[in-house]
Amino acid sequence: MDATHESLAAHPEHGEHHGPGPNTVFGFWLYLMTDCILFATLFAAFAVARHQFADGPSGHDIFDLKYVGVETLLLLVSSCTYGLAMLDAYRNRTSGLVLWMGITFLLGLGFIGMEVNEFSHLVAEGHGPDQSAFLSAFFTLVGTHGLHVTCGLIWMVVLMSQILIKKNGISGPYMNRLMCLSLFWHFLDIVWICVFTFVYLMGVQ
Amino acid sequence: MLGKLTWADIPFDNPIEMGAVLFMGGVVAVVLGLVTWYRQWPYLWREWLTSVDHKKIGVMYILLALVMLLRGFSDAIMMRAQQAIAHDGAPGYLPPHHYDQIFTAHGVIMIFFMAMPFMIGLMNIAVPLQIGARDVAFPFLNSVSFWLTAVSVGLVNISLAIGEFAQTGWLAYPPLSELQYSPGVGVDYYIWSLQISGIGTLLTGINFFVTILKMRAPGMNYMKMPVFVWTALCTNVLIMAAFPILTVTLGLLTLDRYLGMHFFTNDAGGNQMMYVNLIWAWGHPEVYILILPAFGVFSEVVATFSKKHLFGYAAMVYATISITVLSFVVWLHHFFTMGSGANVNAFFGITTMIIAIPTGVKVFNWLFTIFRGRVEFHTPILWTIGFMVTFTIGGMTGVLLAVPGADYVLHNSLFLIAHFHNVIIGGVLFGYVAGFNYWFPKAFGFKLNETIGKWSFWFWLSGFYVAFMPLYVLGFMGMTRRMNHYDNPAWTPWLEVAAVGACMILVGIVLQVTQIVVSIRQREALRDWTGDPWGGRTLEWSTSSPPPFYNFAVTPHVHALDEFCDAKERGRIAKHTGAYEDIHMPRNTPAGLFIAVFAAIMGFALIWHIWWMAAFGFLAMVTTFIVRSCNDDIDYYVPASEVARIEGEHERAVALSLANARVAAAVRA
Ligand code: HEM
Ligand SMILES: [Cu+2]
Repeated sequence: MDATHESLAAHPEHGEHHGPGPNTVFGFWLYLMTDCILFATLFAAFAVARHQFADGPSGHDIFDLKYVGVETLLLLVSSCTYGLAMLDAYRNRTSGLVLWMGITFLLGLGFIGMEVNEFSHLVAEGHGPDQSAFLSAFFTLVGTHGLHVTCGLIWMVVLMSQILIKKNGISGPYMNRLMCLSLFWHFLDIVWICVFTFVYLMGVQ
Repeated sequence: MLGKLTWADIPFDNPIEMGAVLFMGGVVAVVLGLVTWYRQWPYLWREWLTSVDHKKIGVMYILLALVMLLRGFSDAIMMRAQQAIAHDGAPGYLPPHHYDQIFTAHGVIMIFFMAMPFMIGLMNIAVPLQIGARDVAFPFLNSVSFWLTAVSVGLVNISLAIGEFAQTGWLAYPPLSELQYSPGVGVDYYIWSLQISGIGTLLTGINFFVTILKMRAPGMNYMKMPVFVWTALCTNVLIMAAFPILTVTLGLLTLDRYLGMHFFTNDAGGNQMMYVNLIWAWGHPEVYILILPAFGVFSEVVATFSKKHLFGYAAMVYATISITVLSFVVWLHHFFTMGSGANVNAFFGITTMIIAIPTGVKVFNWLFTIFRGRVEFHTPILWTIGFMVTFTIGGMTGVLLAVPGADYVLHNSLFLIAHFHNVIIGGVLFGYVAGFNYWFPKAFGFKLNETIGKWSFWFWLSGFYVAFMPLYVLGFMGMTRRMNHYDNPAWTPWLEVAAVGACMILVGIVLQVTQIVVSIRQREALRDWTGDPWGGRTLEWSTSSPPPFYNFAVTPHVHALDEFCDAKERGRIAKHTGAYEDIHMPRNTPAGLFIAVFAAIMGFALIWHIWWMAAFGFLAMVTTFIVRSCNDDIDYYVPASEVARIEGEHERAVALSLANARVAAAVRA
């Protein structure tokens, strides 16, 4: 998932304005745009399968809006705490960065935990992804988002360990990676808002 | 322990498959043996396998493409032979089960593992040089992309020896590709090889997009970019926009097959037409991903060998951009017969016809460039002229197919097969071969033998017409595609002619291989010391051939479109006298190779349901990536003194060779 954050370019010294940094972040942003298309395709598939219940339950039967609301809240707050982490990163304050990142991580973990819980309940009640096209599309769309969040969590751990082990503050490449992860995390928030709206809110009607 | 894999999966009882396996295994063994015998492993490892140099990655891509051209063509000629004999009750020599794998493998290999690597290889070799850059934006990712493609090729070829390949046609439409109708591993080989190489392609798209946007030499604004760079840019936009759709489509099919989901199944609310829509939402842009760079090559070749600037540069750019945009609103022309109604069909029929307009603009631009030019008939321009005629015919049959009413008759007939080979051989393949002949001297420092090259061209061209024009007729006679045998005696003569045509193409391909071998042996005679063998117009010809690993000792400054030509004409080429500067370069790394190998292990394990091995491959891949990200020592500076030494050495070599040539000429006189 975080494939592009790693690369460093061979830069001709064309002038002042093309350092390695902007290229990495720009490249990663482009990757996110492709990810956007990936999610758009999943949304389209969901739209097609939305009413294909095939004797299985509909969204109305299985969604608990309060529960999902809490999930949403966790993820939204985690975006704010990531922002605070970045503020500390800009001031080169490692301890603040790690603290806020830790909180972000826990919030994200909470989100994933709740999602896994929701999924396992559904499966236990016999409403797994193999029951109907609607459930296939539901599990796939929400699950893909969840996988992305999981990747983000792993990335956070790796990045924090690297910064803590290197001990020489937040240098150029690490700042780039923090920027990329930041884009990634906020992007997942936006995707989730769409999921919440189109899958859950419109699904319970 | 080994999932579904058993001894019975190796086709010992099938002499044709076993023969192919032994042949391929033999070739691989001989190559590995030779490398070991001549003790070339360290060299290979240092200079190629771990290289992040775009020129070397480009060469490896093209080598891969040429090898797969041989494989894809073997499949083609086997099909031609089968259809020439399997009539009136005769079963032919290929049972349906095998024949179906062959047409699927042929399509998949030609598109994904011949055309795509060829195109990306040309882009790798030419784009950074044409924009005056030292490498691509993300050299390490470039190596990852290449190796992901290479291991996917490996997976496809392994399917010959272990298990089977898909029998579904190259786009694996469900419900045929669902578990219910394709319980074997064939479709799984298809899925995982395309997924793994698809990730590589997506990374390439991002990489080259950033490269072109951010790493152009100072002074090269958008309207001073060579046309090939423009077409590469648009192709990369298409890759970024289309490949995620392919990833999802194949992903959903995977979920159906592995977790019993119901996206495309017959029951529980699945919808097969969703698959067909999605795959073509990727598929039509894909054909433009392939053809646009070919258009770019033709534009370079036409201008260079007509000794004129390209006619209508701006029109060419805008035509390219409009094709890029339009390519996303035509996908439904691949299944007018879905029954979406007259209005929808009319819409997509019209958008399809509209694409013909910018394409026509391009053809006229090339024609007017040649018009009143002093055309030098080198090999690349022959391919270009062959293209202009052939592609125009293919384009016209395409417009014909865009009429929904006509398509109802011709859909999935051999008319369609003739049409798309007409554009894909006459356009894509001719373009890449033209580019191959054109840039070969840049990549290796010597030209390809032109006599053999021209013979190869004539066999390909005439062979193409003999092999595919009969298919138009057969289409009108009602013959559908993918037929293993048939009982209409009227078709047989036409299919026999087509088989003869395929044999003529075979001669063309043999000549291509001969051309490469002979040229390598005659390399001293074919050597080009100037770096500019064709009288080129763009920056890649301003550096030596092959270029030093840093491409340009001094970053060029661009003042004009066709900068190098302009500089030559105005006498702006001055010998560099000042000091050199240190050059920032990326270090080589085996991480890309490792990541791809682990990805292949994971893919193979998923195909055979060997779950522990899949987990191992996945974790090893992620770990390699993390370890690589901990390495901060990924680049270095080439000191100015080293640059001066390399440049000086090259100058002395050039001077020496020129002196030698003069002496030789004097002796002859
Ligand atoms: C070099 C000479 C070639 C010959 C003689 C050849 C021949 C054939 C034949 C006989 C078929 C099967 C037609 C049928 O369904 O009855 C076929 C299908 C196909 N070919 Fe080629 N081909 C050639 C080159 C190419 C190239 C260069 C490409 C793409 C870059 C290509 C792409 C395809 C595809 C996508 C299919 C459809 C496979 C399917 O039915 O799923 N071919 N070709
Ligand atoms: Cu199309």
